[in-house]
Formats: sequence, structure tokens, C-alpha cells
Amino acid sequence: MLNRRTLLQSGLALPAVIGAGDAFAQGTGPIRIACAGPLTGSNAAAGDQMKVGATQAVADLNAAGGLLGRQVALELGDDACDPRQAVSVANQLAGRRVVFVAGHYCSGSSIPASKVYAEEGVLQMSPASTNPRFTDEGGWNTFRVCGRDDQQGLVAGKYIADNFKGKKVAILHDNQAYGKGLAEETKKSMNAGGLQEVLFTAYNPGERDYSALVSRMKGAGVDVMYIGGYYTEAGLILRQSKEQGMNVTMIGGDSLVTKDFWQITGAAGEGALMTFSSDPRNRPTAARVVQAFKAKNIDPEGYVLYTYAAVEIWAAAAKKLNAVDPRRIAAELKASGPWQSVLGPISFDRKGDVTVPDYVFYVWKNGNYTELKS
Amino acid sequence: MAYAMQQLINGISLGMIYGLIAVGYTMVYGIIGMINFAHGDVFMIGAFIALITLLLLQMGGLMDGPAAILLVLLVSMVITALYGWSVERVAYRPLRGSFRLAPLISAIGISIVLQNYVQVSQGARPKPIENLLPGGIEVMRDGPFVVQFSYIQMLIIALTLGVLAAFTLLVTRTPLGRAMRACEQDRKMASLLGIDTDRTISLTFVIGAALAAVAGSMYLLRYGVIDFYIGFLAGVKAFTAAVLGGIGSLPGAVLGGLLIGLIETFWSAYFSVQYKDVAAFSILVLTLIFLPTGLLGRQEVEKV
Repeated sequence: MLNRRTLLQSGLALPAVIGAGDAFAQGTGPIRIACAGPLTGSNAAAGDQMKVGATQAVADLNAAGGLLGRQVALELGDDACDPRQAVSVANQLAGRRVVFVAGHYCSGSSIPASKVYAEEGVLQMSPASTNPRFTDEGGWNTFRVCGRDDQQGLVAGKYIADNFKGKKVAILHDNQAYGKGLAEETKKSMNAGGLQEVLFTAYNPGERDYSALVSRMKGAGVDVMYIGGYYTEAGLILRQSKEQGMNVTMIGGDSLVTKDFWQITGAAGEGALMTFSSDPRNRPTAARVVQAFKAKNIDPEGYVLYTYAAVEIWAAAAKKLNAVDPRRIAAELKASGPWQSVLGPISFDRKGDVTVPDYVFYVWKNGNYTELKS
Repeated sequence: MAYAMQQLINGISLGMIYGLIAVGYTMVYGIIGMINFAHGDVFMIGAFIALITLLLLQMGGLMDGPAAILLVLLVSMVITALYGWSVERVAYRPLRGSFRLAPLISAIGISIVLQNYVQVSQGARPKPIENLLPGGIEVMRDGPFVVQFSYIQMLIIALTLGVLAAFTLLVTRTPLGRAMRACEQDRKMASLLGIDTDRTISLTFVIGAALAAVAGSMYLLRYGVIDFYIGFLAGVKAFTAAVLGGIGSLPGAVLGGLLIGLIETFWSAYFSVQYKDVAAFSILVLTLIFLPTGLLGRQEVEKV
């Protein structure tokens, strides 16, 4: 029985190995790459940003004659920010002989998916997953074009300690890889800055009623709340706080960079703060692509340009090597650089993190966010 | 004191919504002895119809507070009731008399169909609306802590109590209620005595769906954000409430809903926010160990 099964498995594995070799060779079919993220679920707005960015990047690549004389085909994977679904999506994409994945969005999805990609020989570059573990524990194949939460939390915690001295601060998180990691880094840096929080607690993502949590903060006299979590819950907590008559300043992370956040909060979002990289839309390197998006009536907000850049950088490395072998590209990405992209020049360190991350504060005003001038 | 008061208000208004949904579970169970697993999604449909009606009203410029809310509520109740009727027609009636698990499975199928239908037709993103009834009254004040009782919370509590009173009257005082109770006791005997049992069961689903629509509309007004997946969590909580209160019992469903809402809220208020579901479900388990039919459930008499 055991023998037969092993035989069967090796029999199944064989075509896959041959297939993999075939995909890396100078074939004639299109080169398959993928964009994976939450196309559905409560983070669908972010998934949509990624999809738009990747689609445009592939269209631009193909319009310029493709890559290595071949067209590039984009596959889409929907993980709904669910770690289990992320693993099955990763397996599916690997089964379709994808050589590169721009994704995923949620750190909780990117981390388990990266293990699958590492085994299957797929290169992964996340435009958005900021949890340090993604590259710290990642294999040869993990890269990101965004910053890390230990960098983001450092900026956020220091800002709170400097600007809200003597105020009562609550730190909340959603107990997921991204939110919890970010909240802990922020707490660390805030405490180092000499400010202690009055409440540090987790909430359950996916719920709608946060009134008990809000009353608890109201009871503790909280003036400032830092939320490590995604925009739907952060928006709801803020909205319900204002409805209960709290006068509170909310501070969040890069996941709030979407107009959907304001849709949820409405006027309650006025003055909410968040950390994100300095707006890539205003960079001169992005001007041409931003124009192209505006012509299609798309605002390339949030992660659109990050996903675009991930595809662009991968393509640049493939062009340089004249090959799409993921392992060789991974080595090349770390060895060479800086790589030119819509985000500007980007270099990777030996873990696959960008070498010069920058986090700045944004403030929500009247449905739009603008960089906070200090 | 003020703090506990605020949490009490939070807990009651949350519990009332659970109670409204739980009534739908308990009614259907009472009459056909079957859990309607699609009920949570009928609630979600109710919320979406309320949202669409509201947006249409806003487009037509017909927005003035209470009247608009009443209209939204009525439209949502009528259309959701049609959904409830169709669910019974498609998933239950053809299987009546087949083996016991069949309608259970078909109800789960309907639940998946409804979720995917809304996901495809309305999109997967959460749909927000602004707060239609902002503000509230200040109940009491303890130093800087102000106990806020919002108009929406008042509306939810008043409406739930009103709807339940009307419904209790319907079951105890009208011919339809008598037919429903007869079907509940012995369906075959009821049909022998000239009661149209199919029609009675259909009407039970229709009423259950209308109540779910009230809950869905209240949910939309209270939280302002809905998506195609809200039926799952709310359905699980309401089902728990129905079981806790004693499935088949109407006052039990409301009592169960209130208890679940209060346990969740007070656990979050004094212990850990993330373990509130553990608290609610532990109490359910304990209750069922000592009172297997729930708090107000009747002992099932095995008929020979």
C-alpha cells in the first residue's frame, strides 16, 4: 500500500518537474505571473488596488513588446485575507506554473503563502505586507516593496510620545499578523519615548458592534487610540466612538490608505491620522503612469503603484538576466540595484526588504488624506 | 455605576437585534422541527434591501428622518418576506416527507446561494451609509463620563418590543396563530381537521423573514456598514440565543438574545474583549447541561 502510494506520488511529481523546467526554458507561450490578494471580503478595496496596479503593469509590459520576446499573462488569486485560503491559492498558482507573484496583501496571508511559493520555486514580492516575519522568516523568495512594521511602529510610537505627552492612550489590535505586530512595535517605541498606554487590548475582526470596547475606552478617559488593524474595523470603532460622544484622536497604520475608510467613518474620520510612505503619486518617476491611470478615471491611491512597481522591478531583473528563473532573479534583485520603478529607485537588502523605507504621517480631512506637515 | 449603565444600554440594544433574528429561528423550528440555516442570510438580504431602498429614496430626494426609516422598514419587510416564502417553496416544501436531513442540507445550500448571489450582484466590498439618526440623550453623568443613549438604540429597543408584542398577539389571538399552534402540535391531525398546513408553514416563513428584515434594517441603521457575509456571524449568534432561550419558545428567543448580548458586552467591559465569544458559548454549554431544553423550552413529549 505504502509502496504503491509512493510510486503514485513520484509518478505525479515527475510531470510537474518536467513542467517546471519547461516553464523556465525559452518557451514560446506567455510567461505567467500572478497578483494575489483579497479580491473579496472586508479588505476587497485593497485587493482591488493591487489588481488595478498589476493589470496596468502587465499591459504596459506587453505594449512595450513583452518580456524576452514573449507576452506576459497575469493570473489573479483571491485569498480574502484568510491564511488558509492563501495557502490553497498559492498552490493553485504554483500549479499554473506562475514564476512570480505580486502579493499578498495581508501579512497573515503572505507569510504562509510564501512557504508554498518557496517550495514550488516561485518568487514572491509583496506590495503591502509589513509584518517583519514575512522576510525575517522568509526563504530565498520573499521580497517586499513596502516598509516593515518595526519601522512603521517606530515612527508612530515616537510621534504619539512626542505629541500626546500626558494624554491617555489606548492601543488596540485585531490579533492578526499585521495588526498585532504593528500595535506591539508602536507600543514599544511609545513606551521608550516615555509614554505608557492605559489600555492595550485585542478586538475580534469581522464584527460590527464595538460599543462595549468603545465604552470601555470612554470609561478609561482615552484621548488617543492607536489601532493596529484593517480599515473596516478601524473605521467602525472610530465611528462608534464619536457616536458615543467621545472626543478621541485615532491613529492607524498603512491599511487605512483607501477612500473606503472615509466611506465608513463619514465625518467621524475628520482628523484621523495614519502612517504611510510619502505619497508615491507625487513622485516624478510615477508621473507617466499616474497620467495613464487618470485617463482611465482611476485614482492610483494606496497600493496601486506599489503593485505596479513590484511587477516592474521583477521584469527589469528578468530583462537584465535574460531569463525568468525565479532563483536567479531573487539573487540578482539582492545583488544589483537600485532598480528603477514608479516608486523611484529601490534596492533590496539581503532579507528582501527595501533599504530606504520612509514613513510619514497623513491626516484625513473632508474625505481626503494629505501629508501632515510637521 | 455610570459605566455599568452605559454597558447595559449597549448590551440591551445588541441583544435585541439577536433576539429579533432568533425569533425567526425559533418559529420555524417550532412549526416544522427543523433549523432554517438560511435564516441568517435572509437577515442579510433584509439589510441589503433596506440599503437599496434607502439609496433610492436619497436619489429621489425624499429624505426626511422618521418617515424615510418607516418606509425603508416596510419595503424591506415586504420584499424579504417574498424571499422567505421562496426559500420555503424551493428548499423545504419539495422535501417535506423525505428523510429528516434533506431539508437541512437544502437550507445550507440556499444559504450559500444567497451569499454568493449578493456577493456577485452587489459586490464584495462593505457598503457603508451615513448615520441617519445621529445624536441621543444624556442619561446620566459621572465626572467626565457621559452615559449616551442614542436615538438609534432607543428605536431598536422600542421596535423590537413592539414587533414582538404584535407577534405574540398574532400567535395567541388570531386564527392564523391557532393554525400555527395546531401544526406545531401535530401536523397530520391539523390537516385532518381542515387546516391548510402548507399555507400555514409558508406564512410562518414569511413572518420569520419579515422579522429578519426588521433586524436587518436596524442593523444597517445602527452600524452603518453591511456586506454579504454579515448573515453568518449574526446567524450563529442568534441561533445560539434561540437555543439558550429554549428553541421553539418565542419569549425564550428574546430572552436568549438579550442574555447573549449582555454577556458579550459585560465580559468585554470587565474582562477581555477578545474572549467574549468564549464567555457567551461557555454559558450556553453550562445552561444546556443543566437545562437541556434551554431556559424557557418545554420538555419534548415523545409521541407514540
